[in-house]
Parts: sequence; C-alpha cells; structure tokens
Amino acid sequence: MWQRIYALIVKELLASARDPQTRWVVLFSPPFLLLIYAFAITQEVSDVTLAVYNQDHGNASVELISRFEGAEVFDQIIHLRAGADIAPTIDARRATLVMRVGEDFSRRLERGESAEVQLILDGRRSNTAQILLGYSSRIVETYNRERLDRLRATAPVRLVQRTWFNPNLEPLWSAVPALFAVLVAVVGFMVSALSIARERELGTFEQLLVSPLRPFEILIGKSVPALLIALTSASAMLVLGMLFLNVPIRGSLALLFFGMVVYLAAIVGIGLFISSLAKTQQQAIIGLFMYMVPAVLISGYATPVENMPDWLQGLAAATPITHFIVISKAVYLREAPLWLYFSHIWPMALIAAASLLAATWLFRRRTG
Amino acid sequence: MTALVTIEGLTKRFPKQAEPALRSVSTQIRSGHIVGLVGPDGSGKTTFLRLIAGLLRPDEGGIDVGGFDPVANAKEVRARIAYMPQRFGLYEDLSVEENLNLYADLRGLVGSARKATFERLLDFTGLAPFTGRLAGALSGGMKQKLGLACALVVTPELLLLDEPSVGVDPISRRELWRMVSRLTDEGITVVWATAYLDEAEKCETVLVLSEGDLIFDGRPTDLAARVAGRVFLIEGIEGDRRYVLNRARQHEAVMDGTIQASHVRLLLNENARALSLASIGAGDEARLKPVAPRFEDAFIDLIGGGFRAESPFAGGSQRSHDIAIAVEARGLTRMFGSFTAASEISFDVRRGEVFGLIGPNGAGKSTTFKMLSGLLKPTSGEARIAGVDLRTAASEARARLGYMAQKFSLYGDLSTMQNLRFFARVYGLTGARQRLMIERMIDSFALTDKLNENSAQLPLGFKQRLSLACAVMHEPDVLFLDEPTSGVDPRTRREFWAHINAMVTNGVTVIVTTHFLDEAEYCDRAALIYRGQMIALGTPAELKAQAASSTMPNPTFEDAFIALVEKNEAETSP
Repeated sequence: MWQRIYALIVKELLASARDPQTRWVVLFSPPFLLLIYAFAITQEVSDVTLAVYNQDHGNASVELISRFEGAEVFDQIIHLRAGADIAPTIDARRATLVMRVGEDFSRRLERGESAEVQLILDGRRSNTAQILLGYSSRIVETYNRERLDRLRATAPVRLVQRTWFNPNLEPLWSAVPALFAVLVAVVGFMVSALSIARERELGTFEQLLVSPLRPFEILIGKSVPALLIALTSASAMLVLGMLFLNVPIRGSLALLFFGMVVYLAAIVGIGLFISSLAKTQQQAIIGLFMYMVPAVLISGYATPVENMPDWLQGLAAATPITHFIVISKAVYLREAPLWLYFSHIWPMALIAAASLLAATWLFRRRTG
Repeated sequence: MTALVTIEGLTKRFPKQAEPALRSVSTQIRSGHIVGLVGPDGSGKTTFLRLIAGLLRPDEGGIDVGGFDPVANAKEVRARIAYMPQRFGLYEDLSVEENLNLYADLRGLVGSARKATFERLLDFTGLAPFTGRLAGALSGGMKQKLGLACALVVTPELLLLDEPSVGVDPISRRELWRMVSRLTDEGITVVWATAYLDEAEKCETVLVLSEGDLIFDGRPTDLAARVAGRVFLIEGIEGDRRYVLNRARQHEAVMDGTIQASHVRLLLNENARALSLASIGAGDEARLKPVAPRFEDAFIDLIGGGFRAESPFAGGSQRSHDIAIAVEARGLTRMFGSFTAASEISFDVRRGEVFGLIGPNGAGKSTTFKMLSGLLKPTSGEARIAGVDLRTAASEARARLGYMAQKFSLYGDLSTMQNLRFFARVYGLTGARQRLMIERMIDSFALTDKLNENSAQLPLGFKQRLSLACAVMHEPDVLFLDEPTSGVDPRTRREFWAHINAMVTNGVTVIVTTHFLDEAEYCDRAALIYRGQMIALGTPAELKAQAASSTMPNPTFEDAFIALVEKNEAETSP
C-alpha cells in the first residue's frame, strides 16, 4: 500500500516538474504576483501634498516643520491659516495629510513636558496614508532623538494620528501576510483541483482505477504532492518577501510552517472535492473560481471580518483562508500568543478532515 | 474525365519535427470519383486534406483546385469545397436543427432554398425524426451523418472527409458509405480518408500514404492484383491455430499471416513456390486453399510484409493452472437512471481464451467491459476475476488484471522509463523483480532508444507498445483490451497480436472490445452485445454460420454482425 502511494506521489511530482505550464503557474507565478502586488501597493505614493496648520510660534515647531519640508516624499507644502480649513483641504484632496501643531507645542517642550503633533490622513487613499504615516513617524522619531541628544531633554514629541474615513489603520506590512495567505491558497487550489480532472480528461484516470490503488490511496497520493508543491511555492514567497519587500518574520517559522501544512490540507481537500465533481479541467477551473472568489472576499483579506453581518461571519469561519490570514499576520509580524494561534488551527484541521473525507466519499461514488 | 485537383511536388513540414509530414506528393483527383486516402495515423492524411482546403500553407509544390490556388484564392476554393474534419464542429448543446441552421447562416443559405435543402438533407441522412434532439445526445454514427449534412448545406464540387467512419459502428458505416456514394452520382468528387483498408477497397482510386510518402496511387483492384495467387487460407488446422500462425509468420516463404476465425490467412513471398504445412505444425488434415486477395494483403506487401519476428513473450512463464474459469459474468446489469445500459449479461471466459465483446457504439459493450474490469459497479449481478469478487476484494482482484485503454492513457509528461517505473510500483513490483521486469519490457518492446523521451512525443507505434508494456509488466492473469488497435497501422496491429497470442499461449486470458471486425477474427469466442443485451455468443465460425443464408453463403464477420443485429431487430420489434 505504501509503495503504491509512494509511486503516485513520485509520479505527481515528476509530472508537475516536467510540465512547463505547471512549473510556471504553480512555482514561479505566485511569488511574482506577490512582488508585483506588493510593489503596486508601495508605489502608490506619489504626488503627495502636505498641509501644515501651525498654531505654535516657537522655534521647536519651525524646526520640526522644516524637517517635513525637507523630506522627499512631499512634493508640495501648503500652509493653512485656520483650523476650519483642515476639513475642506482633505475633502477636496488638496492635501493627503495635514499636520497640526498646537499652540502650546514649543512651550510644553521647553517646560520639559511632552507635546503633541496631530497628523490627519486621507483614509480614502489608505495605502498611501499608511506609508506616509510611516515616513512621518520616522521624521518625528529622528527629531526626538536629535533633540534629546542635544538638550538631554526628557520629554519627547508624541505623534497623535487621526486617520479620517478609516480609523483603525494597520501598518503596510499587514498587506503582505494577507496576500501571502491568499496566494498560497491559489497554488494549493490549482494543483489539487486540476489533478483528478486532468487525469479524467486525458483518460489516465481509468488506468489508475483498474490498478490495485484504492480510492483513499489515490486521494493521499494526490494530496501529498499538492501540499508539497504549494509549500515550495510558499517558501519561495517567504524568501522573496524578506529579500525584496523587507518584510521580516518576527514570529516562529516552525509555527508558520505547521500552520501552513494544516491550512494546505484544508485547501487541498476542498480542491480535490471540486476536482472529483468535475469531468473536465475546464469544469474544475470554473468550480474552483466559484468557490475561491467569494471565499477570498469574505476571508478578511479585503475587509475586516468583524464588520460583516453575523451570517457572513459564520461563512467566513468555515473558510480556511480566514483563519490562515490571522495566523499569517500574527506569526509574520509578532510573536503571537499560542492560544490565538491554536484557536485558528483547529477550525482549519476540521475543514481539512471534512473536505478530504467528503472528497473520498464523492470519489467512490463517482467511480461507480 | 478531367482532373479537379492537381497536386505537384507537395511538401509540408511542421516545426520541431525532423521528418516532413508530406514529402513531394504529386497526384490528380478526378471529378466524380470517390478517392480513398489511406494510411495509418500520423501518415499525413489530415495534413493532405487541410492543404487542399487551404487551411495550411504548403512549403513546396503547388495545389490547383479547379483552376484556383487554395491559399491565394481562398474565397473561390472555399466556395467549391466542403471539408468535414475528424471531429466536426457540431455544437453538442444545440439541437440537430439548430446546428443545421447555424451552418446555413454561415454559408448564407436563406429562404425557400434553405427549406428545400434542409428537407433534402434530413431525408438523405435519415435524421428527419431527430431534428429536435441535441447533437450531444446522438450516437457516433448519427453525429457523423449530421456533420455530413452540415458540410453539405451548400452543394460542393469537392467533399473532403477526414476519417468519417472512426467511432462509427459497422451498420452506420455502411449507411454513411451509401450516402457518400450517392453524392458521387450527383457529380460531387469525394476524398475519403480512412485507416480501414476494407473501405479503401471500395473506392474508385486510392492514395496510400506512409510516413508522408505517397506509396500507391491507382485503383485498389490493381494493387490487389499484384498479390494474386499468393494469398492462401490454411483450413482444417489441428490444434492451436495461434501456434500455427506463429510458426508460419517466421517461415521464410511467408510475408504475412493473420488469424481468420479458425483458419490462418497467409500471404506468400513472390518467389515462394510451396509451403510445407508440416513444417509449421498445422497437422495432417490441414490444406492450403487459394483465396482472392484483399486490399490489405496488397497493402502489407507494399510496405514489405507484416510482423515476422518471434514475440519475446513466447515461451514465457506459464500462468497458474489452478483456475479453469478466468472471468465470470453473472447476470451483469447496469442502469443509468431509467436507461438499461446492460441487462442480465452472463458468460464464462476460460483460462487462456481470447474473448471478444463486440457491438455498435452505445450498445452496452463498454458498460459490460467496465463492469468486468471493476471500473463500474453493476446495479445487479456480479463479476469475478480469477475467482475473486470485484466488489469485496477489488484491490486484490485488480492486481491480477492488466488493462489497456483505447486512447493512449499513460502519462504524457513522464518519460518512457518513468511510466514503466510508476506502473511497476503501483502493481507492487519491488527491488530486483521490478528491475528485472522493467528490463524485460524494454527488451521485448525495443524501447531502449526511447527511455528518456516524454511518452506523449513517442510515435504512435511506440505508444502502443509502451501501453501494452505497462499493462502486462506485472504478468496479469487477465488482460483487458479496449479497442486496442484502432487507428494503428496494419503492421503494428500484427505485431500487437503476435504478442497477445504468445501471452495467450502462456495461459493469459484476454478480453477485448472492438468494433473493428477484422480484429474479432482473433477471438476464440465472441459475445455480440446489442441494445444492452447479449444477442449471440460463440466462436467466430459459429457466428458466421448463424448468419449465413442462401444469398450470402460465406459472410465476413462484418456481414455476420450486421445480419445478426438485423435479425434481432426483426425479432424484437412487434
């Protein structure tokens, strides 16, 4: 039995490796997509106007503002005269962000207290806003450090941000882990959903069915290679993410990979289920997209799951992508607490078990 | 008669292929003839037709269709020809009438002319009662007739048919032939491409292609006349006719040998004077009877003889003697919804027997075949392989059978060696035995040069060999062959059957489905399946005898098949 499964696994891997189309679609294109999407997000920052509303007249504020004026990102600086101008400036997109320095800014700093600078960002251009926020933070940090060095002052400037239209803005890096989760799913789906349908279409499937291979052996022999191929593609994406996007992995790599195996088991299970239903590759692809597009949309990739109606949240919980996005973000960006990690592992394991069993069952039925 | 098509020095190469698909072919096609275009798959038939239709550009040489060049004067040529490709573009989700309408729209046929044409075509093809039926729900033969009707929406001067009879049962094949002959009476010139040599025999002229070369251009009777007096039947064979054939094939006086029911058909060498029947072990009662040559005999002669070597499977290990009945079918019935695809089919296949399942497409032979090989669960009844029930011990039963599908169904992306290794492992061959068996298959089928080639890129003959190698490597007790040699050239078919016969001598049981009735001659016994029922069972000689009548004292297998089906229809219809 193990030899038969081994034979099938070797065959699947060889076939994928020798077919230029599979090689491209599965191994190379997802990492490229990751890069392209990520760069598309990053390069949105252009033509940025900074509006400054300075109520303070001290040196400290002038110095801070001059640093902003000297920064390359801001193509144009406009000065506002009244607080009432802030809203229309953002509304009419005359500026992407407004920096407001309060009237007691210099005074408080001189007294050794902490002072606040308010940044108001246009949340409609959320990616740009995220990036600008990052820049602004760095400018303020540098200003603080240098000021502390110079004066040994104890009270730094605190940046208080307000992002209008999108209050809980997350950092840029959050886009990459979510994108990663989706792309890993795409690879897993493609490999598994096509595998049985392709053999059926080419007529090789009957050759397998008349061999001593049992249905569940065929299923294992189909899932394992799909899982391995998707893991390879995922590893390539991780490396690229670190090298080209400077997105580091803060959490445990072991936890990430373990999560990915469970995740992919669920993905491959669903893929094989769709594949068992389909008679041709075309049907498999259509079936796959009918599932995948809504699954990605409700997964929290585009909009937070918390904002969805309850029934949709229920559906989202039944989608492995939803859970892996949380794990991916958690492990990628920080040391996630274990309870959070496992609270998303078990639903995926459940989906994996259910879908693989359903695929085996369907497969038995379809084979007569 | 004038030439409608003149072809001069036509050569066509395809990129990435070492050999040209057609090599300086020159010929003329006369008006009002049926011209048979004959050759195995991959010999250049389709390329030839597509060049005439102007769908491909020739590399060298020229074509003239009624004074026009198919590429430069595409419009004029297209107005004069109709082309029916192998898989005609029928829309399976449209009805018969909608398909006709579509082609009429495309050809700009409107108004009363359209109505008259449709009436004529529907009457001509016998499709009138089925105008509302979806094209996808038609049988293979009816699809081809509809394809022909669509191609004939505007009456052409030249009709190009690419293997119209592939996948069509013998009855529909004859009807199709009759329809096309009627077209020539109306003055239409027809080019009929086919791999069936018996069809070629009926054409007025034939063009025989082999690997891109035109090796014969003339009347089929002229070709057959070349081998007159050299074709014989050995009648009254004592013992195993397969053994006699095997000895005869390797005899220096013999060019070719095949099994014809209980006899062996031989084509003798030009210089051969006599053949001692004792030297090939035919027994004392055997005698050599001269028979009229067929086109196929002459064709084999033309390509230098059939398969003459000893099959490497000869003298191989004998299969276990412990079973007398290798395959049992007990009341096999399969329903698809309310449709009974196979009903109460029962028979025993003895060990070492070649058993044929014969019938038109959609008659239930494939359903029966699938139930026997475990691909389909019977609704009721049971199938046993070597005494093992397929339902309870499917994996064990499957380990004892080998299966070769009609279509090439190995992994095209894998190399020859990887395919061999995969099937060896799946069938539980390990270690030294695995190496030994793979080695043996490579030697037996001369695969050494092709080991690292992707199997999809292999020439058809090698694909055939590799498929058989993968099916028999684990030395199965029972071998299932589904239309094993359709589209294969006659020589490869002979080689194939030489291997099968050698294995059968070793005790392997073979179950074969076919609608290629020459192949049925190789069977020891055959079951005729029609409309889900087994309507006849017996040796080829018995089946022929059942169908013999005063008007047809010596029916061929195909005649017998048609007669038995018609008899059954007459009995069952009120």
